[in-house]
Amino acid sequence: MSTETYFLSIGALSAALARGELSSVELVQAVIARTEAVETKVRAFNSYDREDAMAQARASDTRRAAGRALGPLDGIPIGMKDVIAVAGQPLTASSRMLEHFVSPYDATVVKRLRNAGAICWGRLNLDEFAMGSSTENSAFQATANPYALDCVPGGSSGGSAAAVAAGEAIASLGSDTGGSIRQPAAFCNLVGLKPTYGLVSRYGLIAFASSLDQIGPFGRSVDDVAHLLGVIAGHDPLDSTSYQVEIPDYRAEIARRQGPWRLGIPREYFGEGLDPEVAQAVQKAVAFYQSLGCEIKDVSLPHTEYGVGAYYIIATAECSSNLARFDGVRYGHRSKDAKDAVDLYFKSRAEGFGAEVKRRIILGTYVLSSGYYDAYYLRAQKVRTLIRNDFLAAYRDVDAILTPTAPTPAFRRGTKADPLAMYLCDIYTIGVNLAGLPAVSVPCGFSQDGRPIGMQLIGQPYQEAELLSIASAYERAHGWGQRRPVV
Amino acid sequence: MSQPIDLDIDHVANLARIALTPGEKAQYAAQLGEILGHIAKLKEVNVDGVEPTAHAFPLYNVWSKDEAAPGLTAEAALRNAPAQRDQMFSVPKVVE
Repeated sequence: MSTETYFLSIGALSAALARGELSSVELVQAVIARTEAVETKVRAFNSYDREDAMAQARASDTRRAAGRALGPLDGIPIGMKDVIAVAGQPLTASSRMLEHFVSPYDATVVKRLRNAGAICWGRLNLDEFAMGSSTENSAFQATANPYALDCVPGGSSGGSAAAVAAGEAIASLGSDTGGSIRQPAAFCNLVGLKPTYGLVSRYGLIAFASSLDQIGPFGRSVDDVAHLLGVIAGHDPLDSTSYQVEIPDYRAEIARRQGPWRLGIPREYFGEGLDPEVAQAVQKAVAFYQSLGCEIKDVSLPHTEYGVGAYYIIATAECSSNLARFDGVRYGHRSKDAKDAVDLYFKSRAEGFGAEVKRRIILGTYVLSSGYYDAYYLRAQKVRTLIRNDFLAAYRDVDAILTPTAPTPAFRRGTKADPLAMYLCDIYTIGVNLAGLPAVSVPCGFSQDGRPIGMQLIGQPYQEAELLSIASAYERAHGWGQRRPVV
Repeated sequence: MSQPIDLDIDHVANLARIALTPGEKAQYAAQLGEILGHIAKLKEVNVDGVEPTAHAFPLYNVWSKDEAAPGLTAEAALRNAPAQRDQMFSVPKVVE
Protein backbone atom coordinates (compact mmCIF):
# COMPACT_ATOMS: atom_id res chain seq x y z
CA MET A 1 0.00 0.00 0.00
CA SER A 2 1.03 3.59 -0.46
CA THR A 3 2.53 5.42 2.49
CA GLU A 4 -0.60 7.56 2.65
CA THR A 5 -3.03 4.76 3.47
CA TYR A 6 -4.86 7.21 5.72
CA PHE A 7 -5.89 9.32 2.70
CA LEU A 8 -7.45 6.44 0.74
CA SER A 9 -11.19 6.23 0.12
CA ILE A 10 -13.43 3.75 1.90
CA GLY A 11 -13.93 1.99 -1.45
CA ALA A 12 -10.16 1.57 -2.00
CA LEU A 13 -9.53 0.53 1.61
CA SER A 14 -12.33 -1.99 1.69
CA ALA A 15 -11.11 -3.50 -1.60
CA ALA A 16 -7.56 -3.74 -0.25
CA LEU A 17 -8.83 -5.31 2.98
CA ALA A 18 -10.94 -7.79 0.99
CA ARG A 19 -7.97 -8.78 -1.20
CA GLY A 20 -5.74 -9.22 1.83
CA GLU A 21 -3.33 -6.49 0.70
CA LEU A 22 -4.02 -4.59 3.89
CA SER A 23 -5.11 -5.59 7.37
CA SER A 24 -7.24 -3.51 9.68
CA VAL A 25 -4.39 -3.56 12.19
CA GLU A 26 -2.06 -2.01 9.56
CA LEU A 27 -4.69 0.57 8.65
CA VAL A 28 -5.39 1.56 12.25
CA GLN A 29 -1.65 1.71 12.96
CA ALA A 30 -1.24 4.05 9.97
CA VAL A 31 -4.07 6.29 11.21
CA ILE A 32 -2.66 6.35 14.75
CA ALA A 33 0.83 7.17 13.45
CA ARG A 34 -0.59 9.95 11.27
CA THR A 35 -2.58 11.30 14.21
CA GLU A 36 0.50 11.34 16.42
CA ALA A 37 2.47 13.10 13.69
CA VAL A 38 0.03 15.97 13.05
CA GLU A 39 -2.17 16.25 16.13
CA THR A 40 0.01 18.85 17.89
CA LYS A 41 -0.81 21.17 14.97
CA VAL A 42 -4.43 20.16 14.32
CA ARG A 43 -5.77 19.34 17.82
CA ALA A 44 -8.88 17.62 16.44
CA PHE A 45 -9.19 15.08 19.26
CA ASN A 46 -10.26 15.57 22.86
CA SER A 47 -8.94 12.05 23.44
CA TYR A 48 -8.25 8.79 21.68
CA ASP A 49 -7.74 5.25 22.88
CA ARG A 50 -5.03 3.45 20.90
CA GLU A 51 -5.42 0.12 22.68
CA ASP A 52 -9.18 0.08 22.21
CA ALA A 53 -8.83 0.89 18.48
CA MET A 54 -6.18 -1.79 18.04
CA ALA A 55 -8.36 -4.36 19.82
CA GLN A 56 -11.22 -3.52 17.45
CA ALA A 57 -8.84 -3.83 14.48
CA ARG A 58 -7.59 -7.26 15.61
CA ALA A 59 -11.21 -8.41 16.02
CA SER A 60 -11.94 -7.20 12.49
CA ASP A 61 -8.95 -9.08 11.04
CA THR A 62 -9.99 -12.23 12.93
CA ARG A 63 -13.53 -11.98 11.53
CA ARG A 64 -12.21 -11.51 8.03
CA ALA A 65 -9.78 -14.42 8.33
CA ALA A 66 -12.74 -16.60 9.35
CA GLY A 67 -14.68 -15.46 6.26
CA ARG A 68 -17.13 -13.46 8.36
CA ALA A 69 -16.29 -9.89 7.32
CA LEU A 70 -19.29 -7.64 7.98
CA GLY A 71 -19.23 -5.45 4.87
CA PRO A 72 -17.32 -2.59 3.30
CA LEU A 73 -16.80 -0.68 6.57
CA ASP A 74 -15.34 -3.65 8.42
CA GLY A 75 -11.96 -2.65 9.82
CA ILE A 76 -12.15 1.04 8.86
CA PRO A 77 -11.62 3.68 11.58
CA ILE A 78 -14.44 6.22 11.85
CA GLY A 79 -14.04 9.26 14.14
CA MET A 80 -16.80 10.31 16.54
CA LYS A 81 -17.79 13.81 17.58
CA ASP A 82 -17.54 14.02 21.34
CA VAL A 83 -21.31 14.36 21.77
CA ILE A 84 -22.02 10.83 20.49
CA ALA A 85 -21.99 8.14 23.18
CA VAL A 86 -19.46 5.30 22.81
CA ALA A 87 -19.73 2.83 25.68
CA GLY A 88 -16.76 2.96 28.04
CA GLN A 89 -15.25 6.05 26.36
CA PRO A 90 -15.30 9.67 27.58
CA LEU A 91 -18.24 11.84 26.47
CA THR A 92 -17.39 15.44 27.25
CA ALA A 93 -19.28 17.66 24.76
CA SER A 94 -16.04 19.70 25.07
CA SER A 95 -17.42 21.00 28.37
CA ARG A 96 -16.00 21.17 31.88
CA MET A 97 -19.47 20.00 32.89
CA LEU A 98 -18.77 16.52 31.45
CA GLU A 99 -14.97 16.49 31.65
CA HIS A 100 -14.93 13.19 33.56
CA PHE A 101 -18.09 11.57 32.15
CA VAL A 102 -17.82 8.05 30.70
CA SER A 103 -20.61 6.77 28.41
CA PRO A 104 -22.61 3.93 29.95
CA TYR A 105 -23.94 2.83 26.54
CA ASP A 106 -23.51 3.14 22.77
CA ALA A 107 -25.50 5.61 20.69
CA THR A 108 -27.64 3.87 18.05
CA VAL A 109 -25.36 5.17 15.27
CA VAL A 110 -22.37 3.66 17.10
CA LYS A 111 -24.16 0.35 17.52
CA ARG A 112 -24.97 0.34 13.81
CA LEU A 113 -21.37 1.14 12.87
CA ARG A 114 -20.09 -1.60 15.16
CA ASN A 115 -22.55 -4.06 13.59
CA ALA A 116 -21.01 -3.09 10.23
CA GLY A 117 -17.52 -3.79 11.63
CA ALA A 118 -16.35 -0.16 11.67
CA ILE A 119 -13.74 0.87 14.23
CA CYS A 120 -14.95 3.61 16.56
CA TRP A 121 -11.99 5.92 16.77
CA GLY A 122 -11.38 8.92 19.00
CA ARG A 123 -13.40 11.65 20.65
CA LEU A 124 -13.47 14.68 18.35
CA ASN A 125 -13.47 18.27 19.53
CA LEU A 126 -16.41 20.65 19.09
CA ASP A 127 -17.81 23.94 20.31
CA GLU A 128 -19.06 23.23 23.83
CA PHE A 129 -22.38 21.35 23.61
CA ALA A 130 -22.25 21.96 19.83
CA MET A 131 -22.90 25.69 20.31
CA GLY A 132 -20.75 27.64 17.90
CA SER A 133 -19.39 27.89 14.39
CA SER A 134 -15.62 27.77 14.91
CA THR A 135 -14.81 25.10 17.56
CA GLU A 136 -13.24 27.96 19.55
CA ASN A 137 -15.93 27.53 22.23
CA SER A 138 -14.43 24.19 23.30
CA ALA A 139 -13.51 24.23 26.99
CA PHE A 140 -10.35 22.26 26.19
CA GLN A 141 -8.67 23.51 23.00
CA ALA A 142 -9.11 25.29 19.68
CA THR A 143 -8.82 23.03 16.62
CA ALA A 144 -6.89 24.29 13.58
CA ASN A 145 -7.99 24.10 9.95
CA PRO A 146 -5.66 21.56 8.26
CA TYR A 147 -5.72 23.66 5.06
CA ALA A 148 -4.84 26.92 6.84
CA LEU A 149 -3.54 26.41 10.34
CA ASP A 150 -4.23 29.98 11.48
CA CYS A 151 -7.90 29.58 10.53
CA VAL A 152 -10.82 27.85 12.24
CA PRO A 153 -12.01 24.45 10.97
CA GLY A 154 -15.61 25.67 11.31
CA GLY A 155 -18.02 24.35 13.86
CA SER A 156 -19.50 23.02 15.80
CA SER A 157 -18.19 19.68 14.42
CA GLY A 158 -14.73 21.19 13.80
CA GLY A 159 -12.81 18.22 15.20
CA SER A 160 -14.79 15.76 13.07
CA ALA A 161 -13.95 17.79 9.96
CA ALA A 162 -10.30 18.53 10.78
CA ALA A 163 -9.49 14.90 11.65
CA VAL A 164 -10.80 13.57 8.31
CA ALA A 165 -9.19 16.41 6.34
CA ALA A 166 -5.83 15.77 8.03
CA GLY A 167 -5.90 11.97 7.58
CA GLU A 168 -6.41 11.30 11.30
CA ALA A 169 -9.59 9.33 10.53
CA ILE A 170 -10.96 7.87 7.29
CA ALA A 171 -14.39 9.40 7.83
CA SER A 172 -16.33 10.67 10.85
CA LEU A 173 -19.68 11.49 12.34
CA GLY A 174 -20.79 14.92 13.43
CA SER A 175 -24.07 16.53 14.40
CA ASP A 176 -25.81 19.44 12.70
CA THR A 177 -28.29 21.75 14.46
CA GLY A 178 -27.80 24.90 12.35
CA GLY A 179 -24.98 23.97 9.98
CA SER A 180 -22.53 22.18 12.27
CA ILE A 181 -21.69 19.48 9.70
CA ARG A 182 -21.99 21.45 6.47
CA GLN A 183 -20.02 24.58 7.42
CA PRO A 184 -16.96 22.69 8.77
CA ALA A 185 -17.12 20.40 5.71
CA ALA A 186 -16.98 23.50 3.49
CA PHE A 187 -14.09 24.97 5.50
CA CYS A 188 -12.09 21.70 5.42
CA ASN A 189 -12.62 20.54 1.80
CA LEU A 190 -14.92 17.67 2.75
CA VAL A 191 -18.31 16.31 1.84
CA GLY A 192 -20.63 16.70 4.84
CA LEU A 193 -24.26 15.61 4.94
CA LYS A 194 -27.06 16.70 7.23
CA PRO A 195 -29.74 14.07 6.68
CA THR A 196 -33.48 14.74 6.73
CA TYR A 197 -34.78 15.18 10.28
CA GLY A 198 -35.77 11.73 11.51
CA LEU A 199 -33.65 9.67 9.08
CA VAL A 200 -30.86 8.99 11.60
CA SER A 201 -31.53 8.11 15.23
CA ARG A 202 -30.53 10.70 17.82
CA TYR A 203 -30.43 8.12 20.63
CA GLY A 204 -27.12 8.59 22.41
CA LEU A 205 -26.50 12.08 20.99
CA ILE A 206 -26.22 14.75 23.69
CA ALA A 207 -29.24 16.94 22.99
CA PHE A 208 -28.77 20.61 22.08
CA ALA A 209 -31.99 21.58 20.23
CA SER A 210 -34.01 18.42 19.78
CA SER A 211 -36.27 19.57 16.94
CA LEU A 212 -33.22 20.58 14.86
CA ASP A 213 -30.39 18.16 15.81
CA GLN A 214 -29.40 15.46 13.35
CA ILE A 215 -26.33 13.20 13.16
CA GLY A 216 -24.57 12.92 9.81
CA PRO A 217 -21.35 11.82 8.11
CA PHE A 218 -18.18 13.58 6.97
CA GLY A 219 -16.10 12.05 4.19
CA ARG A 220 -13.50 12.98 1.60
CA SER A 221 -15.92 11.99 -1.16
CA VAL A 222 -19.63 11.57 -1.83
CA ASP A 223 -19.06 7.83 -2.01
CA ASP A 224 -17.52 7.72 1.49
CA VAL A 225 -20.49 9.67 2.85
CA ALA A 226 -22.92 7.31 1.09
CA HIS A 227 -21.13 4.34 2.68
CA LEU A 228 -21.68 5.78 6.17
CA LEU A 229 -25.22 7.01 5.56
CA GLY A 230 -26.33 3.54 4.42
CA VAL A 231 -25.19 2.16 7.78
CA ILE A 232 -26.44 4.86 10.18
CA ALA A 233 -29.83 5.64 8.56
CA GLY A 234 -33.00 3.84 9.54
CA HIS A 235 -35.79 3.67 12.06
CA ASP A 236 -34.92 3.30 15.74
CA PRO A 237 -37.57 2.62 18.38
CA LEU A 238 -35.31 4.38 20.93
CA ASP A 239 -35.82 7.76 19.21
CA SER A 240 -39.48 8.74 19.06
CA THR A 241 -38.77 11.25 16.27
CA SER A 242 -37.17 8.57 14.10
CA TYR A 243 -39.05 8.01 10.85
CA GLN A 244 -40.23 4.75 9.30
CA VAL A 245 -38.82 5.04 5.81
CA GLU A 246 -37.19 2.57 3.47
CA ILE A 247 -33.41 2.96 3.25
CA PRO A 248 -32.17 2.51 -0.32
CA ASP A 249 -28.73 1.30 -1.38
CA TYR A 250 -27.39 4.84 -1.71
CA ARG A 251 -24.29 3.85 -3.68
CA ALA A 252 -26.32 1.86 -6.21
CA GLU A 253 -28.75 4.77 -6.54
CA ILE A 254 -25.90 7.21 -7.17
CA ALA A 255 -24.53 4.97 -9.91
CA ARG A 256 -27.99 4.69 -11.48
CA ARG A 257 -29.25 8.29 -11.32
CA GLN A 258 -27.62 10.39 -14.02
CA GLY A 259 -29.96 13.41 -14.20
CA PRO A 260 -30.43 15.88 -15.70
CA TRP A 261 -31.96 17.65 -12.74
CA ARG A 262 -33.83 20.90 -12.22
CA LEU A 263 -31.81 23.05 -9.84
CA GLY A 264 -33.09 26.13 -8.05
CA ILE A 265 -30.84 29.10 -7.30
CA PRO A 266 -32.35 31.18 -4.47
CA ARG A 267 -31.56 34.83 -5.05
CA GLU A 268 -31.64 35.55 -1.28
CA TYR A 269 -28.48 33.43 -0.85
CA PHE A 270 -26.35 35.51 -3.20
CA GLY A 271 -26.74 38.95 -1.66
CA GLU A 272 -24.82 41.24 0.62
CA GLY A 273 -22.11 39.64 2.78
CA LEU A 274 -21.23 36.88 0.31
CA ASP A 275 -17.49 36.72 -0.32
CA PRO A 276 -16.76 37.29 -4.05
CA GLU A 277 -14.48 34.23 -4.32
CA VAL A 278 -17.21 32.02 -2.83
CA ALA A 279 -19.81 33.56 -5.14
CA GLN A 280 -17.59 32.92 -8.16
CA ALA A 281 -16.89 29.29 -7.22
CA VAL A 282 -20.58 28.56 -6.72
CA GLN A 283 -21.51 30.30 -10.00
CA LYS A 284 -19.00 28.07 -11.79
CA ALA A 285 -20.70 25.04 -10.29
CA VAL A 286 -24.05 26.35 -11.53
CA ALA A 287 -22.54 26.72 -15.02
CA PHE A 288 -21.23 23.16 -14.81
CA TYR A 289 -24.68 21.77 -14.05
CA GLN A 290 -26.05 23.78 -16.93
CA SER A 291 -23.44 22.18 -19.20
CA LEU A 292 -24.70 18.77 -18.03
CA GLY A 293 -28.14 19.67 -19.37
CA CYS A 294 -29.66 20.55 -16.00
CA GLU A 295 -32.37 23.15 -15.95
CA ILE A 296 -31.32 26.10 -13.78
CA LYS A 297 -34.17 28.11 -12.29
CA ASP A 298 -34.23 31.25 -10.18
CA VAL A 299 -36.24 30.57 -7.06
CA SER A 300 -37.13 32.72 -4.09
CA LEU A 301 -37.03 31.82 -0.41
CA PRO A 302 -38.44 35.14 0.79
CA HIS A 303 -38.22 34.47 4.55
CA THR A 304 -34.47 33.69 4.47
CA GLU A 305 -33.54 36.91 6.27
CA TYR A 306 -35.62 35.84 9.29
CA GLY A 307 -33.91 32.46 9.60
CA VAL A 308 -31.15 33.47 12.00
CA GLY A 309 -33.63 35.21 14.31
CA ALA A 310 -36.10 32.32 14.35
CA TYR A 311 -33.29 29.83 14.79
CA TYR A 312 -31.70 31.58 17.78
CA ILE A 313 -35.06 31.71 19.53
CA ILE A 314 -35.99 28.08 18.88
CA ALA A 315 -32.52 26.61 19.38
CA THR A 316 -31.82 28.51 22.60
CA ALA A 317 -35.30 27.77 23.98
CA GLU A 318 -34.76 24.05 23.39
CA CYS A 319 -31.22 24.20 24.75
CA SER A 320 -32.33 25.93 27.95
CA SER A 321 -34.72 23.05 28.50
CA ASN A 322 -32.34 20.24 27.45
CA LEU A 323 -29.44 21.54 29.52
CA ALA A 324 -31.56 21.85 32.65
CA ARG A 325 -30.56 18.24 33.34
CA PHE A 326 -27.01 19.36 34.19
CA ASP A 327 -27.57 20.23 37.82
CA GLY A 328 -24.69 18.51 39.60
CA VAL A 329 -26.90 15.79 41.07
CA ARG A 330 -26.67 12.59 39.04
CA TYR A 331 -23.70 13.20 36.74
CA GLY A 332 -21.48 15.99 35.51
CA HIS A 333 -19.65 18.66 37.44
CA ARG A 334 -20.69 19.24 41.06
CA SER A 335 -19.57 22.40 42.83
CA LYS A 336 -17.60 21.83 46.01
CA ASP A 337 -18.75 25.14 47.51
CA ALA A 338 -22.51 24.62 47.61
CA LYS A 339 -24.27 25.61 50.82
CA ASP A 340 -27.36 23.51 50.16
CA ALA A 341 -29.13 21.52 47.43
CA VAL A 342 -30.46 24.57 45.56
CA ASP A 343 -27.15 26.41 45.76
CA LEU A 344 -25.66 23.23 44.25
CA TYR A 345 -27.60 23.83 41.02
CA PHE A 346 -26.55 27.47 40.73
CA LYS A 347 -22.87 26.91 41.45
CA SER A 348 -22.45 23.63 39.55
CA ARG A 349 -23.95 25.20 36.44
CA ALA A 350 -21.96 28.42 36.86
CA GLU A 351 -18.69 26.47 37.15
CA GLY A 352 -19.45 23.73 34.60
CA PHE A 353 -20.75 25.73 31.62
CA GLY A 354 -18.66 28.03 29.43
CA ALA A 355 -19.61 31.53 28.34
CA GLU A 356 -21.46 30.70 25.11
CA VAL A 357 -23.50 27.92 26.71
CA LYS A 358 -24.54 30.23 29.55
CA ARG A 359 -25.40 32.97 27.07
CA ARG A 360 -27.67 30.62 25.13
CA ILE A 361 -29.33 29.19 28.25
CA ILE A 362 -30.06 32.73 29.44
CA LEU A 363 -31.47 33.75 26.05
CA GLY A 364 -33.56 30.57 25.80
CA THR A 365 -34.86 30.98 29.32
CA TYR A 366 -35.81 34.58 28.56
CA VAL A 367 -37.73 33.82 25.34
CA LEU A 368 -39.70 31.10 27.14
CA SER A 369 -40.36 33.13 30.27
CA SER A 370 -43.78 34.33 31.34
CA GLY A 371 -44.92 37.30 29.27
CA TYR A 372 -42.47 36.76 26.40
CA TYR A 373 -43.42 33.32 25.11
CA ASP A 374 -45.93 34.52 22.51
CA ALA A 375 -43.79 37.42 21.33
CA TYR A 376 -40.68 35.31 20.81
CA TYR A 377 -41.07 31.54 20.89
CA LEU A 378 -44.52 31.21 19.35
CA ARG A 379 -43.77 33.83 16.71
CA ALA A 380 -40.49 32.06 15.84
CA GLN A 381 -42.34 28.78 15.40
CA LYS A 382 -44.75 30.49 13.01
CA VAL A 383 -41.88 32.02 11.06
CA ARG A 384 -40.42 28.52 10.98
CA THR A 385 -43.59 27.38 9.19
CA LEU A 386 -43.17 30.16 6.61
CA ILE A 387 -39.50 29.24 6.04
CA ARG A 388 -40.47 25.60 5.55
CA ASN A 389 -43.28 26.59 3.17
CA ASP A 390 -40.80 28.65 1.11
CA PHE A 391 -38.74 25.51 0.49
CA LEU A 392 -41.73 23.30 -0.23
CA ALA A 393 -43.07 25.87 -2.71
CA ALA A 394 -39.69 25.99 -4.47
CA TYR A 395 -39.71 22.19 -4.78
CA ARG A 396 -42.77 22.38 -7.00
CA ASP A 397 -40.40 23.58 -9.73
CA VAL A 398 -37.00 22.11 -8.86
CA ASP A 399 -35.43 18.87 -7.63
CA ALA A 400 -32.82 20.52 -5.42
CA ILE A 401 -31.53 23.93 -4.43
CA LEU A 402 -27.92 25.07 -4.88
CA THR A 403 -26.34 27.71 -2.62
CA PRO A 404 -23.03 28.59 -1.02
CA THR A 405 -22.55 26.66 2.24
CA ALA A 406 -21.09 29.63 4.12
CA PRO A 407 -20.72 33.31 3.21
CA THR A 408 -16.90 33.17 3.45
CA PRO A 409 -14.08 30.61 3.49
CA ALA A 410 -12.62 29.71 6.90
CA PHE A 411 -11.90 32.83 8.95
CA ARG A 412 -8.87 33.39 11.15
CA ARG A 413 -8.98 32.08 14.68
CA GLY A 414 -9.83 34.67 17.33
CA THR A 415 -11.37 37.18 14.92
CA LYS A 416 -15.07 36.78 15.67
CA ALA A 417 -15.45 37.75 19.31
CA ASP A 418 -18.94 39.18 18.86
CA PRO A 419 -21.62 36.47 19.32
CA LEU A 420 -24.02 38.00 16.78
CA ALA A 421 -21.29 38.11 14.09
CA MET A 422 -20.64 34.41 14.76
CA TYR A 423 -24.37 33.60 14.54
CA LEU A 424 -24.62 35.30 11.16
CA CYS A 425 -22.04 32.82 9.73
CA ASP A 426 -24.84 30.26 9.72
CA ILE A 427 -27.17 32.28 7.53
CA TYR A 428 -27.16 29.80 4.59
CA THR A 429 -27.36 26.61 6.63
CA ILE A 430 -29.97 27.41 9.29
CA GLY A 431 -33.07 27.33 7.06
CA VAL A 432 -32.42 23.67 6.26
CA ASN A 433 -32.61 22.68 9.94
CA LEU A 434 -35.73 24.76 10.52
CA ALA A 435 -37.37 23.03 7.54
CA GLY A 436 -36.00 19.58 8.47
CA LEU A 437 -34.50 19.06 4.99
CA PRO A 438 -31.44 17.09 3.90
CA ALA A 439 -28.45 19.10 2.63
CA VAL A 440 -24.89 18.31 1.67
CA SER A 441 -21.82 20.51 1.41
CA VAL A 442 -19.53 19.61 -1.48
CA PRO A 443 -16.05 21.06 -2.18
CA CYS A 444 -16.25 23.47 -5.14
CA GLY A 445 -12.96 25.37 -5.16
CA PHE A 446 -10.32 27.24 -3.21
CA SER A 447 -9.70 30.88 -2.46
CA GLN A 448 -6.54 32.51 -3.89
CA ASP A 449 -4.80 31.88 -0.59
CA GLY A 450 -5.72 28.18 -0.49
CA ARG A 451 -8.77 28.03 1.78
CA PRO A 452 -11.43 25.53 0.69
CA ILE A 453 -14.85 26.65 -0.58
CA GLY A 454 -17.99 24.55 -0.35
CA MET A 455 -21.36 24.63 -2.06
CA GLN A 456 -24.56 23.41 -0.49
CA LEU A 457 -27.13 21.24 -2.25
CA ILE A 458 -30.47 21.17 -0.44
CA GLY A 459 -32.78 18.27 -1.23
CA GLN A 460 -36.35 17.20 -0.66
CA PRO A 461 -37.35 15.31 2.49
CA TYR A 462 -35.93 11.77 2.56
CA GLN A 463 -34.48 12.16 -0.96
CA GLU A 464 -30.84 11.69 0.10
CA ALA A 465 -30.25 9.31 -2.84
CA GLU A 466 -31.20 12.04 -5.31
CA LEU A 467 -29.24 14.68 -3.39
CA LEU A 468 -26.05 12.60 -3.29
CA SER A 469 -26.46 11.72 -6.99
CA ILE A 470 -26.51 15.43 -7.87
CA ALA A 471 -23.44 15.99 -5.68
CA SER A 472 -21.65 13.02 -7.24
CA ALA A 473 -22.23 14.28 -10.80
CA TYR A 474 -20.31 17.45 -9.88
CA GLU A 475 -17.61 15.64 -7.92
CA ARG A 476 -16.82 13.21 -10.77
CA ALA A 477 -15.96 16.12 -13.06
CA HIS A 478 -13.89 18.05 -10.50
CA GLY A 479 -11.06 16.99 -8.25
CA TRP A 480 -11.25 19.45 -5.38
CA GLY A 481 -11.52 16.72 -2.76
CA GLN A 482 -8.19 15.26 -3.91
CA ARG A 483 -6.25 18.34 -2.87
CA ARG A 484 -4.38 17.55 0.34
CA PRO A 485 -4.00 19.83 3.37
CA VAL A 486 -0.85 21.69 4.38
CA VAL A 487 -0.22 19.49 7.43
CA MET B 1 -33.35 48.25 15.69
CA SER B 2 -35.06 48.68 19.03
CA GLN B 3 -33.13 47.46 22.06
CA PRO B 4 -35.26 45.56 24.54
CA ILE B 5 -35.18 47.36 27.85
CA ASP B 6 -36.97 44.71 29.84
CA LEU B 7 -34.37 41.92 30.04
CA ASP B 8 -34.02 41.54 33.80
CA ILE B 9 -30.80 39.53 33.87
CA ASP B 10 -31.11 38.67 37.60
CA HIS B 11 -34.60 37.29 37.12
CA VAL B 12 -33.65 35.25 34.04
CA ALA B 13 -30.44 33.90 35.61
CA ASN B 14 -32.50 32.85 38.61
CA LEU B 15 -34.98 31.02 36.37
CA ALA B 16 -32.04 29.33 34.61
CA ARG B 17 -30.43 28.36 37.94
CA ILE B 18 -27.06 29.84 37.00
CA ALA B 19 -25.04 31.97 39.38
CA LEU B 20 -23.59 34.84 37.32
CA THR B 21 -20.85 37.21 38.42
CA PRO B 22 -21.53 40.96 38.15
CA GLY B 23 -19.15 41.04 35.17
CA GLU B 24 -21.02 38.25 33.39
CA LYS B 25 -24.34 39.96 34.07
CA ALA B 26 -23.19 43.21 32.49
CA GLN B 27 -21.64 41.42 29.52
CA TYR B 28 -24.60 39.12 28.86
CA ALA B 29 -27.16 41.90 29.24
CA ALA B 30 -25.33 43.94 26.57
CA GLN B 31 -24.76 41.01 24.20
CA LEU B 32 -28.28 39.67 24.57
CA GLY B 33 -29.61 43.17 23.93
CA GLU B 34 -27.78 43.16 20.61
CA ILE B 35 -29.01 39.66 19.72
CA LEU B 36 -32.58 40.50 20.69
CA GLY B 37 -32.25 43.62 18.54
CA HIS B 38 -31.55 41.35 15.55
CA ILE B 39 -34.35 38.98 16.56
CA ALA B 40 -36.78 41.92 16.67
CA LYS B 41 -36.74 41.67 12.85
CA LEU B 42 -39.26 38.85 13.24
CA LYS B 43 -41.87 41.45 14.21
CA GLU B 44 -41.90 42.54 10.54
CA VAL B 45 -43.33 39.19 9.47
CA ASN B 46 -47.07 38.81 9.10
CA VAL B 47 -47.88 35.57 10.89
CA ASP B 48 -51.66 35.99 11.00
CA GLY B 49 -53.30 32.61 10.57
CA VAL B 50 -49.95 30.76 10.37
CA GLU B 51 -49.72 27.53 12.37
CA PRO B 52 -46.56 27.13 14.48
CA THR B 53 -44.09 24.38 13.55
CA ALA B 54 -42.65 22.50 16.52
CA HIS B 55 -41.18 19.70 14.41
CA ALA B 56 -40.61 19.57 10.67
CA PHE B 57 -42.09 16.07 10.46
CA PRO B 58 -44.33 15.61 13.48
CA LEU B 59 -45.11 12.07 14.55
CA TYR B 60 -47.98 11.36 16.88
CA ASN B 61 -48.70 8.58 19.34
CA VAL B 62 -45.29 6.97 19.18
CA TRP B 63 -45.48 4.19 21.74
CA SER B 64 -42.99 1.55 22.66
CA LYS B 65 -44.16 -1.91 23.62
CA ASP B 66 -45.02 -2.33 27.27
CA GLU B 67 -42.38 -4.96 27.83
CA ALA B 68 -39.63 -5.27 30.38
CA ALA B 69 -36.18 -4.93 28.83
CA PRO B 70 -32.72 -4.99 30.35
CA GLY B 71 -31.47 -1.55 31.42
CA LEU B 72 -28.43 -0.18 33.16
CA THR B 73 -27.39 -1.83 36.41
CA ALA B 74 -27.36 0.40 39.48
CA GLU B 75 -23.59 0.27 39.39
CA ALA B 76 -23.47 1.44 35.74
CA ALA B 77 -26.07 4.15 36.38
CA LEU B 78 -24.02 5.45 39.30
CA ARG B 79 -20.71 5.28 37.42
CA ASN B 80 -20.77 9.05 36.77
CA ALA B 81 -22.39 10.13 40.04
CA PRO B 82 -20.54 12.99 41.77
CA ALA B 83 -21.39 11.38 45.13
CA GLN B 84 -23.18 8.14 45.99
CA ARG B 85 -24.11 6.04 48.98
CA ASP B 86 -25.88 2.67 49.30
CA GLN B 87 -26.64 2.50 45.55
CA MET B 88 -28.18 5.99 45.57
CA PHE B 89 -27.19 9.47 44.42
CA SER B 90 -26.12 11.51 47.40
CA VAL B 91 -26.88 15.28 47.60
CA PRO B 92 -26.53 17.99 50.23
CA LYS B 93 -29.30 18.09 52.79
CA VAL B 94 -32.48 19.69 51.37
CA VAL B 95 -34.49 20.13 54.61
CA GLU B 96 -32.86 20.86 57.96
